[in-house]
Amino acid sequence: MSPITMVRQFGEVLLAITLAPLFVGWTAQCRAWLQSRTAPPLAQPYRMLRKLFHKDVALAAGATPLFRMTPYILFGSMVLAAAIIPSIATDLPFARVADAIALIGLFATARVFQSLAAMDIGTAFGTMGARREMMVGFLAEPALLMVLFNAFLLSGSTALPSVVDAYSAGPLSINPSLTFAGVAFVMVLLAENARIPIDNPSTHLELTMIHEAMLLEYSARHLALIEWASSLKLFNYACIGFALFLPWGIATHGADGGWALLLAAGALIGKLIVFGAALALVESLSAKLRIFRAPEYLATAFLLAVLGLLVHLLLGS
Amino acid sequence: MSHPGWVSRGVVLLQRHDLHWVLLLVLGWLFLGAIGLLRPHSLRFVARGLFPAGAVLGLGVALLGAVALLAGQAPQAMVLPLGLPNLPFHLRLDALSGFFLLLMGVAGAGISIFAAGYFRSGEGTAPGLLGLHYHIFLASMALVVLADDAYFFMVAWELMALSSYFLVVSQHRLPEIRRAGFLYLLMAHLGALCLLLCFGVLQGGKWQFTFDAMRGAPLAPLWATVAFLLALLGFGAKAGLVPLHGWLPEAHPAAPSPVSAMMSGLMLKTAVYGMLRITFDLLHIQFWQWGVLVLVLGLFSALYGAIFAGVKTDMKRLLAYSSIENIGIIFTGIGLAILFAACHLPLFAALALSAALLHALNHAFFKSLLFLATGNVLHATKRRSLGALGGLAHTMPWVATLALVGTLAIAGLPPLNGFVSEWLLLQAFLFTPRIPHPFINMLVPLGAAVLALTVALAAYVMVKFYGIIFLGQPREPALAEAHDANWLERIGLTWLALGCIAIGVLPQIALRATGAVTGLLLGQTVNLSSRIWWIAPIGAKQASYSGLLLLAGIICVVGITFVAVRILAHGRFRRTVPWDCGYPWQTSRMQDTAEGFGQPIRHIFGSAFDMERELPSPSDSAPRYRIHVEDRLWRMAYVPIARAVQRLSDSIGVLQGGRLAIYLLYSFLTLLGLLAGVL
Repeated sequence: MSPITMVRQFGEVLLAITLAPLFVGWTAQCRAWLQSRTAPPLAQPYRMLRKLFHKDVALAAGATPLFRMTPYILFGSMVLAAAIIPSIATDLPFARVADAIALIGLFATARVFQSLAAMDIGTAFGTMGARREMMVGFLAEPALLMVLFNAFLLSGSTALPSVVDAYSAGPLSINPSLTFAGVAFVMVLLAENARIPIDNPSTHLELTMIHEAMLLEYSARHLALIEWASSLKLFNYACIGFALFLPWGIATHGADGGWALLLAAGALIGKLIVFGAALALVESLSAKLRIFRAPEYLATAFLLAVLGLLVHLLLGS
Repeated sequence: MSHPGWVSRGVVLLQRHDLHWVLLLVLGWLFLGAIGLLRPHSLRFVARGLFPAGAVLGLGVALLGAVALLAGQAPQAMVLPLGLPNLPFHLRLDALSGFFLLLMGVAGAGISIFAAGYFRSGEGTAPGLLGLHYHIFLASMALVVLADDAYFFMVAWELMALSSYFLVVSQHRLPEIRRAGFLYLLMAHLGALCLLLCFGVLQGGKWQFTFDAMRGAPLAPLWATVAFLLALLGFGAKAGLVPLHGWLPEAHPAAPSPVSAMMSGLMLKTAVYGMLRITFDLLHIQFWQWGVLVLVLGLFSALYGAIFAGVKTDMKRLLAYSSIENIGIIFTGIGLAILFAACHLPLFAALALSAALLHALNHAFFKSLLFLATGNVLHATKRRSLGALGGLAHTMPWVATLALVGTLAIAGLPPLNGFVSEWLLLQAFLFTPRIPHPFINMLVPLGAAVLALTVALAAYVMVKFYGIIFLGQPREPALAEAHDANWLERIGLTWLALGCIAIGVLPQIALRATGAVTGLLLGQTVNLSSRIWWIAPIGAKQASYSGLLLLAGIICVVGITFVAVRILAHGRFRRTVPWDCGYPWQTSRMQDTAEGFGQPIRHIFGSAFDMERELPSPSDSAPRYRIHVEDRLWRMAYVPIARAVQRLSDSIGVLQGGRLAIYLLYSFLTLLGLLAGVL
């Protein structure tokens, strides 16, 4: 492994870890502006994390080791995912470890651990949150897989770096099938990351919350790690989306020297700024759905992805 | 490959007499069963002496199966001077039987060592008799995969059905268990009947019933299809494919837990073996329509099983439905393999078949592990209903930890083994647009979505299973005295859990094993990477996966994070009461019940169930909520058929007057009729 490869690999992970909370902060800022509120500072998530890391953990009496391990596992799997997703460069030594399907599996592992930890204390809200989270998960996975199917048909690979390489080798054009798949992906992204319309990241209204219900018993450093992991998850999903649908700027195989990496990092930040604003806009314009409308919402995403697939197969494009 | 001299000499020695050794070990199982009858009521003798010996024999069988599989030699055949006058017992050991011997041996060893610690005196059948049935069951399964003629196959098949029937009804004093056993026996024999007919078709008019003769008897497409459909019915009934699954959720929970584990983990796989043997070995052609049929049945079973597992509240019944789901996944792989093979895409067929075989192996590990864990829970708490459990992680840490491995594996999560086979199957689905039939190449990819839904539902089900049994607060006060597994049980559980982890992190080894089978059946193997920790079945460019590096990565990052948090922040904590949004009064009854956890599934897939609900009225002084969910197919298919059979036999029963004179009259009339016919 050459030094530049190491720099790429670790640089990418460090970039993800540092940018993720800022991205969440940026989205919250945009949302506040759109809703005519005074926006919190960009670094608000970092202040939150610092505060949480300094507090003492208040651990519920019946907690098993699983409960205490879970925040680390969540954070670990999200960092690992960031090492696999080509956010700034495609020639990553670790990226071969898992293709996009295995990446979904890694996210599923994190979800299952989080749900189990939520059931560990044995409170009403914890188990309810776990059940809802798993429900959203099993509805979102087929749609996500169909999105990947679209990408596979165009690039002949499910390994994200190869997808990006394949796109960049061809002419720049927006493929009709990818348009459908892109919309489906954004819908899945919103559902999987506990955003409106499926869940509201800023609510603590007992009967509607999903993600927050699972975190109720967590405090201090455990909570900080989980919050950081969720922001990394959003960041990772955004980067998967960029790799599949907006791969421009990512330093591809063979053209990934220092300047190309800087350029790629700049492009990534630019995309994140635009995407964060768009996310805030979508969240401000839509209302939260009742929990039992979630199947319809995710079925729509699934059908859009299937439509993309059929468009590709019928048009042969 | 460079082995030390004695290893290669040993392998050569084993190779040359592989089949003889296997037969010897199988006879050893029968012998163990028989000597248990010397002291049938001595639990100590049977459990502590015979079951561990059976486990050792299991390891031997696994080793010999692995030798047959990996040595890459020609199949070995043997003829025993037993059986019919002109049809002695034929045996044969090739890569396919080697793979299934490996599966049975490895998983069976874990179950046997667990069983040594599990059985208690005073539970139904005497221990000696139980040991006899148990070891006959093991031996007959091995003989099924070794049989090389139709007659011996059926003998072994029936032996397997009967011995497992006696194991299912070992608690025969309970009427519901007798009922489950009867249903099982009935379905097993309907299946066996189909198989008998299937072999009748396969011999192709030559009346030669050895498998060798059948291989050399090319059938017309119509008869080949008839044989295939009969095999699908026969093996489908044994495997529990929907709609032939009715017996499975009744019989598996009725049996003692090690037997449930054997039936789910091992016996269902003999049906997979038979399906592969007939489709890819005995039949010389495959049609793509067969593939589509198996694929649809497989996907339907998988989804159906997962949905029902989601609403069931009895922990063993939940696992039984999960077995239907996993069998569905295996048959999906087989269907896809047939489809690809019929379309002359052998590489993708090999990929799909590898996925199916690997999933069969994986299922043997994790399902056995979970069934055994339910056995521990059952012994510790005397409860099977999830609604009465909870919080067992505190009192049963061994079982809870090892069951967590099984739970994560069966939920299809990396880096454990369940994920690998599902990943391979999804990879195979990605190539279905290349099938040269219009519409099929557009519809089959949607199967991948059904598969993804099933796998994700399985994760839901397993979170429910594990979370409600082991996590949370105990739902009944008696659970605080639950005891953990004893040391023999721990060994069995640990062995199976290690299997789940080993296949998960080093799937390349398992792919080599399946590669030998696909080489035999399809003449093609998937790309095998030279490094043991990578798999890239089609090519590194398409997709690659490494369980070992993923696990290492997670451990590294988690370790670094842990140390960093300790150094940069602090490690202080204090124990308090749970927060729960500040509600001061919390009881264990406020946790989600199993019914509550199944509610989203009942809501989304409501049309699949027959549901009865009793809702309390607002003014009720003692409110009671009850929900009863039944299999709709039970009412729509099984009950009408049972009624029709009953009606038919009632109408025939009119002949049975019970008076001798009338019976003599029947004989007389028959004689007259025959005479009239002759004259």
